[in-house]
Amino acid sequence: MDRSGMNVRVMCRVNGANVTIEAHPMMRLLDALRSKLRLTGTKEGCGEGECGACAVLVDGDLVNSCLFPLLHAEGTAITTIEGVAAGGRLHAVQEAFLACGGAQCGICTPGMVLAAITLLERNPNPTEAEVKAGLAGNLCRCTGYMRIFEAVVSACRR
Amino acid sequence: MISAPFDYHRPSSLAEALSLLARHGDDARVLAGGHSLVPAMKLRLAEPRVLVDLSRVAELRGISEKDGRIVIGAMTTHAELASSSFLAAKCPLLTETAPQIGDIQVRNKGTIGGSLAHADPAADWPPVALALDAEMEVAGPSGSRMIAAAGFFTDIMQTALRPGEVLRAIRVRPTGPSVAYVKTEQKASGFALCGVAVVVDRAANRVSVAITGIAATPFRASQVERALEGGPLTAERIGEAARVAAAGAQLLSDMHGSADYRAHLAQVNVRRAIVRASART
Repeated sequence: MDRSGMNVRVMCRVNGANVTIEAHPMMRLLDALRSKLRLTGTKEGCGEGECGACAVLVDGDLVNSCLFPLLHAEGTAITTIEGVAAGGRLHAVQEAFLACGGAQCGICTPGMVLAAITLLERNPNPTEAEVKAGLAGNLCRCTGYMRIFEAVVSACRR
Repeated sequence: MISAPFDYHRPSSLAEALSLLARHGDDARVLAGGHSLVPAMKLRLAEPRVLVDLSRVAELRGISEKDGRIVIGAMTTHAELASSSFLAAKCPLLTETAPQIGDIQVRNKGTIGGSLAHADPAADWPPVALALDAEMEVAGPSGSRMIAAAGFFTDIMQTALRPGEVLRAIRVRPTGPSVAYVKTEQKASGFALCGVAVVVDRAANRVSVAITGIAATPFRASQVERALEGGPLTAERIGEAARVAAAGAQLLSDMHGSADYRAHLAQVNVRRAIVRASART
């Protein structure tokens, strides 16, 4: 079956820039970011919403881009890991991940950093339990959780 | 997306959605938050030929009050429910349960109506709907009808919804503060190995108890409820009543937990949930 007639034009803001993407309405936002916009910082882990490696912010809310239909991004403002550092300076959370050794293989790191940023924006001084709840949707296959938690706590002080 | 091919529609009103469903019949599936259907389509456990995406149907979203009932639009997300101060005051079982579902990403996209209509036997909203004696407001080709929660969950991932119908809203009565949702979760997925929703109605001297995760459908633990009738909620009576939590249930048994383990969890969580609910005044 020819699906090309189903394509739609989706306009949104990605990391502050207006973009137009032409694709199937149910293309995964993950694929649109990686293959259409070449923003390959967003990673695919499980592809079924369990691991959070593909997490991005849509209008400030953390979502799994592997389950997010492209058409739902129409008119939204999206932040990916590429939009976190500003003016050549790393975000405080990224600095803390570096300082604490909060990254091993790196696949979970973009999603972890975005989850940590959204957590700290809502709750600047989380308890350990709140850090764990805030990162509950992000799995680290290297199991480097303790250093990730330390990085989030350390980022609060930056 | 590596699913079977499908057509896609994004109606902007309920009437338009119903007419699409009427036109495509069994070929069509409704898309809500996509956190159950999309993975199922990827695994080709579901192969709808037509998707009807409800994300733009504004009338299906939001929380309101009408005729003494709280009305929750089916497309309201778990995150919206979790952060509602109105619900925290009027029906705190909803705000206690919502943050226990999945993780932040799931709660930001997943919807209460999607969860109820999907009817996963380990989902968290079905026992809450049962314990609250919720009514499901359903829209269909021949108008609207109400389905009581008690008759809604018919089998594993099966509901009383008919082809062409859409779950429009969930209606519940306001409750007092004496409620609780206690869950033992399957660590990897966050789904309930056993979840227990309790509502203590002090005025009517009645306790409602519903259990998810241990059988093909969620159910009201009516033997526990009967055992607690006509007396005070002492620790001893609650402990005694909780012993029959799983009595008569056809228990699930799988790699996540044996039937015996689930029966044990049901007793423990029923006891804890009633103790917690009755302590909240």
